[in-house]
Order: sequence, then C-alpha cells, then structure tokens
Amino acid sequence: MLLDGFDAWRWVVLRRCGVFGLALSLLGCGRALDERTADGRLVVHYWEKWTGFEGDSMQAVVDDFNASQSRIHVEKLTVSEVNRKLLLATAGGNPPDVAGLWSSDICGFAEKNALEPLDRRLREAGIGRDHYIPVFWDLCAYRGFVWALPSTPSSLALHWNKKMFRDAGLDPEHPPRCLAELEAMSDRLTVVDVTRSNQAVRLRYVDLTDREKAAHEFRLIQVGHLPQEPGWWMPLWTYWFGGGLTEGDRRITALTPGNERAFAWFRSVAEKYGVENLRGFGASFGNFSSPQNPFLSGRVAMVLQGVWMYNFIDKYAPQLEWGAAPFPAEDPTAYPNVTIAECDVLVIPKGARHPVEAFEFIRYVNSQGPMEKLALGQRKFSPLAVTSEAFFASHPNPFIRTFIELARSPNAHTVPCMSLWTEYSDELRVAADRVTALQATPAQALGDVQQRIQHKYDRVLRRWDLVKDERIQEWRDNDAR
Amino acid sequence: MTRGERHSLWIGLLFVSPWIVGFLAFTLYPVIASTAYSFCDYDVLSKPVWIGTLNYREMLTDSVFWQSLRNTLYFAAFSIPLGLVMSLSVAVLLNQSVRGRSVFRAIFFLPSLIPVVASSMIWLWILNGNFGLLNHALKSIGIAHPPQWLADPAWTKPSLILMSLWGVGHAMVIYLAALQDVPRSLYESADLDGAGAWSRFRHVTLPMISPVIYFNLIMGIIGSLQVFSQAFIMLGGGGPQRSALFYAVYLYLNAFEYRQMGYACAMAWVLFIIILFLTWVATRSTRKLVYYAAE
Repeated sequence: MLLDGFDAWRWVVLRRCGVFGLALSLLGCGRALDERTADGRLVVHYWEKWTGFEGDSMQAVVDDFNASQSRIHVEKLTVSEVNRKLLLATAGGNPPDVAGLWSSDICGFAEKNALEPLDRRLREAGIGRDHYIPVFWDLCAYRGFVWALPSTPSSLALHWNKKMFRDAGLDPEHPPRCLAELEAMSDRLTVVDVTRSNQAVRLRYVDLTDREKAAHEFRLIQVGHLPQEPGWWMPLWTYWFGGGLTEGDRRITALTPGNERAFAWFRSVAEKYGVENLRGFGASFGNFSSPQNPFLSGRVAMVLQGVWMYNFIDKYAPQLEWGAAPFPAEDPTAYPNVTIAECDVLVIPKGARHPVEAFEFIRYVNSQGPMEKLALGQRKFSPLAVTSEAFFASHPNPFIRTFIELARSPNAHTVPCMSLWTEYSDELRVAADRVTALQATPAQALGDVQQRIQHKYDRVLRRWDLVKDERIQEWRDNDAR
Repeated sequence: MTRGERHSLWIGLLFVSPWIVGFLAFTLYPVIASTAYSFCDYDVLSKPVWIGTLNYREMLTDSVFWQSLRNTLYFAAFSIPLGLVMSLSVAVLLNQSVRGRSVFRAIFFLPSLIPVVASSMIWLWILNGNFGLLNHALKSIGIAHPPQWLADPAWTKPSLILMSLWGVGHAMVIYLAALQDVPRSLYESADLDGAGAWSRFRHVTLPMISPVIYFNLIMGIIGSLQVFSQAFIMLGGGGPQRSALFYAVYLYLNAFEYRQMGYACAMAWVLFIIILFLTWVATRSTRKLVYYAAE
C-alpha cells in the first residue's frame, strides 16, 4: 500500500511542511507592523475608490507627497466598493492607514467606532472650520467630533442644452428661475410623435390637443426635464420645496408639506406624460457614462447634475452647447441657490497602524497647492475657503464658479447625517416609484416611509442611548492618544 | 489500532486537512456564528448585543420581508416547473438520433457556461423595452405595445423567470445521461405490447428517470429560493417598486448595505428552514412517484 511506504523521515518532513504551510497562511492574513521601503521610509497604505483620470489625479498628488518625504511613503491602492471593503477590513482588525470614503459614510462608520477622531490632530495642525467652505467641514463632523477631511467636493446645478432651447424658441441664455418656469419651458422643449389621420406627426407637446394630452396618445421623443432623470437625488428633491428629511437627531420627517409637494410634482409629471410613455422613454436611454446619456444625446434638455458632468460632456459630447445655473426652487425668493453638497473624504480607520503618518498625508492633501492640483485633475473645485485665481484661470469648466457659489450658499444641503440613511433613502426611492407609477398618493407613500423608518430609527437610537456615554468617552480617549 | 494504522490515519488526515481546515473555518464556524448573531443586534463593526428573538419577531411585521418572500415564492412557483419541463423536453429531443446531435447538445449547453454577469448584460438588452430583441420580435408578429419588461413592476418577475430558462443546460445534461441509461429492452417490450411514442415516454421513460427528475426538482427548489445574481445585477435593490426584490437580495441589503447583520443572519436561518420544509414536502409527496431500481 502507498501509505505503508512512508518511513519516519518522510513523515517528519511532511509534518514540518504542514506546520510551515499553516504558519505561512496565518502570517499571510496579517501585515507586517512596520513595512518600509528600500530606503527605509515607512509605508502608509491608502485605499481609494477612484479609477481612470480621477485615480491618476490622486496618484499625482501621492507622488508629489512621496517626493517631498524622507520619512513616509504612501502606497495608494484602488479599491472598488471601498466603503464595504473598509467595513470588513476594519471589523477584521486589518484596515489601511488612510481610506477615501464618501461623506455620507461618516455617520455610520463613526457611530460604530470604526474611525479615528481627528480633533486633536487638527487643533495641533491649526486646521479649523474657517479653512473650508463651511458645508464641507460640517459634512466631516458628527456628534461634536471631526472624523475626516475633504478630498474633492461637489455641488449640484441645473445643466441645460442651449441648442435645444434655441430650437424650441426659448432664450438659450435664460435658464428657468423658478419651478413653474421650468415646467413651462419643459413643455415647450418636449417633442412627441403622434398619429393624426393615420399619419405619424412629430410636434411639440404644447401643440397637442387637449384630448391627445389627456389620453396620452403620443410617444415621447425628447423631454424638457424629468425629476427621475437621472434619479440619483429622488429622496432629496424636498430641499427645493423648502422641506427637510430630519428634525433634530431623533425624528425623521418624511411626511412633511415640503416633501409632499416634491412628490406631488413627481406625480404631476407622470400624469402629464403618462406612466407607460415615461417607462418607454426611460428604456431608450443609454448608460450614464456613454454618448447615449439622455442629456448628452439631446433627449433631455435640462438635468440636475454635479460638477463632474463637465467631464462627461467633454468626453462624449464635446460639441454640446450647455450652461450651468442654480436649479430653480419652488419659491426662489424664500430659498434661493438650493443645492446638495457632498464630498469625497479621507479618513483614518480605527485600528490603522500609522495614524500619525496617515494624518500627515491627509493634511498635505488639504493644503492649497495639492488640493487645487487634485481638483484641477478631476475638474472639480477645492473645498478650501480660499481658491487661487490661477486655479480659475486654468480650470476647463466655464461654470466652476457657479458650483463654488452654490456650495457656499446657505441653502446648500447635505444628505441627512444618520446611520440609517441608506435604508431611509431606499424607502424614499420606493415611495417615489409608487407615486410616479400612480400607485399611491404622496401622502400615502410618504406616510409608509415615515412609519417604517421612524420605527427602525427608534431602535437604532435605543441602541445608541445604551452605548452613547461609553462611546463618546472612547472617542475622547482615542482623540487624546 | 496498531502503530501503523495510527500512522496511516494521521497521514490521511494530513492529506485531507486543507479541506478540514476550510470546512471548519469557512463553513462550520460561520454557520454556528450566524446562529448566535441571529439573536443579536450586530452591525459587523461593533460588538454584538444579545436581543433574544427580536430579529425573528421583527420579521413578522416587516412588510418588505414578506414582499421579498412572496416575490421569491412566485419566482420559484413558475421557474421550477418551467425549468423541469423545458430541460426534460430539450433532453428528450436531443436524445433522438438526428444528424448533428452533438452540435445541438453543445449549443443548448453553452448558455449555462456563460458567466452570469455577462448573460445578465445580454438579457438587459434583449429585454430592453424600446430596442430589445424580444420586443422587436413581438412587434413583428403584431403586438403593437409589448411590455416594458424591466421597467414595469408587473413584468419584472416574468422577465427573470424567462431568463432562468436560459440556464437549463445543466439539468438537460443530467436528463440526457439518465435517458441514455434507460434499458433498450424496456422500449422493445413496450413496442411489442403496441405502445406508441407517448405511452413509451409516459410508462417507460418517466418512471425510469424519475430519480433524476426528483433530483432536479430538489436542486430547483434550493436554487430558485436563493435566486440572487441576475436580479441583483439587472435590477439592483429590487427593481421598480421592489417588484423583483428577492429574499436573498433583501438579505444581502440588510447584511451589507443597512449593516443589520443580525437581522440578515436571522433571515438566512428562516430561509434555511423554508428550504428544508419544502424539500421535505417534495420528498414526501414524490415518494410513491420515484422509482429506484434497487428497491
């Protein structure tokens, strides 16, 4: 038998190999405490989400930092779904030293004690709120602590297609100033196919008869504006109606007059164009990042989009004549320059092995030169309070100042800072789905969200109340270390 | 046990140790841990807190949980019988002696080799309401307003059921093997008794391959109740109005999006019990219909 042929020495060798292999596997699960480069610099591991030119821009900043250093070498690793992977790596006690998250992740991660507070380091470095456009600093704070510093920020604005405006007989230099004007312009910009006397006719929505409009006997060819295109901010339209989504830190306010009016607007658009027509029209769109993007291909004349939209226009539709302006609110005198501000942030995960060096890198990125280099590379803007004239002079986006002004606006809103936000926004999306499918009234759909999410939020808060004192003390201790 | 036998035992254990270690670390431990976590408020990042049966009780009042369960059972109720009939029909056809049989077999098996992400992308285009091949075909036969397959909540589940037939190749191969194992002598006897094609199929083929049908039924129950990939890739968090939010997708969302790992673990155990129950029901109800030659 084969096994009988094993003699003692083979058995010993085999056993040692097994033990060696097991030891190697266990070692492979961890990382050396102090990894160093050949020239003796400490390696700081940095996980970032960006790829393509955005990743290259950050890599250029990392390279500059490394060139300026004799002590630290930052190694950037591109990680998809970085928030999910950071969650698991932190839970497993093996996070990177720095990670690039989204500002909306901060509350959830901080509340679960997965981030290092930065307050003491910021005080020592002399960095404070007045160094930043306020909304971006506030996005990095939660429950009295600062957990991150911005990398690249964004704000949202109305983007409009000037050629489509001209074709519709509208002034291409005059974007809508209030929501009613936007709707009126949208009707003028909307083009439909309709059958009259067995002949297919293409005309503008405003030229349809009342009967054709009521019966939805047309097919949408192009549309002025749709709240559900691209649909990323369906839960947040309430801000343009003077509403909000939370009150204090214990109550969600899904069912408020502002939110109801926003949802009534969704419903009015569905009633105007017809649910089936809108589904068919939506199915004809290509991917966002493609020339078939409905705004880039001239299918939708006006969209709410972020500062990044310039990159896609430049890549897929460089001939597009476009403009960017504040998206009109329902009542622009009461709440002008409404926008949603978000930013990518740099954090030090809890359990990071080199927090001091990690902060040094974050601080470097947040100094004016590197930050403007990063923002220029990604064609966004700097979150810092001061931006150099050279930055504006060399920025390719002709409307970059509009985005900065919007971010500085007192009506620059953010995603609600709550650990339950993902679920809350999913519920609001489903509610919007029901309303745009005419399956529920705004009050019904939002009432369901209010009930379901408040119930869940109460549970989260009960848990938080149990651990809050201990957790805040832990944060203080972490910060003091 | 002699010294030599003990020696052999240790060597044997050493050889299977990678599997043992893998089983203990990646199967047994997670199974035990998930049982414990299902009774905890656990978000992966902070320490689990014991909450008794609260997760299970919450499920009773969670309308989205019930919606996901209903969606999954609807999918299973149609995809399992359709899959069984389709794979068996194709296998029977491909078991006939026709020219180019092996080419046809390869063609029918090929889709099940395509990675699920790639096939989902293809189906996204096939099912596109405006430019899709399927609606193009439907319009060409006179259906003026074909469905918006993935945009209309009424059609998302039928779309995914239709798609599930794309992967019948595996079951088809198993049926083919079983069909080739049916003794020729039984068909010859049936011929002598004057049986027609349908009678031969009904009274010879079906009983003889019944263990394989039973096997495919059980695999179908397990697979369809865990349906995830296509739905998640094509419709993200459940499609319009959560019409295609399947159980496994909702479980995933709870575990990794909403960070309610405790609730997700409880859902996993409930799914396990549902599958166990349905498998038991299927076994009981088909006991007299499955023929085992050895019995």
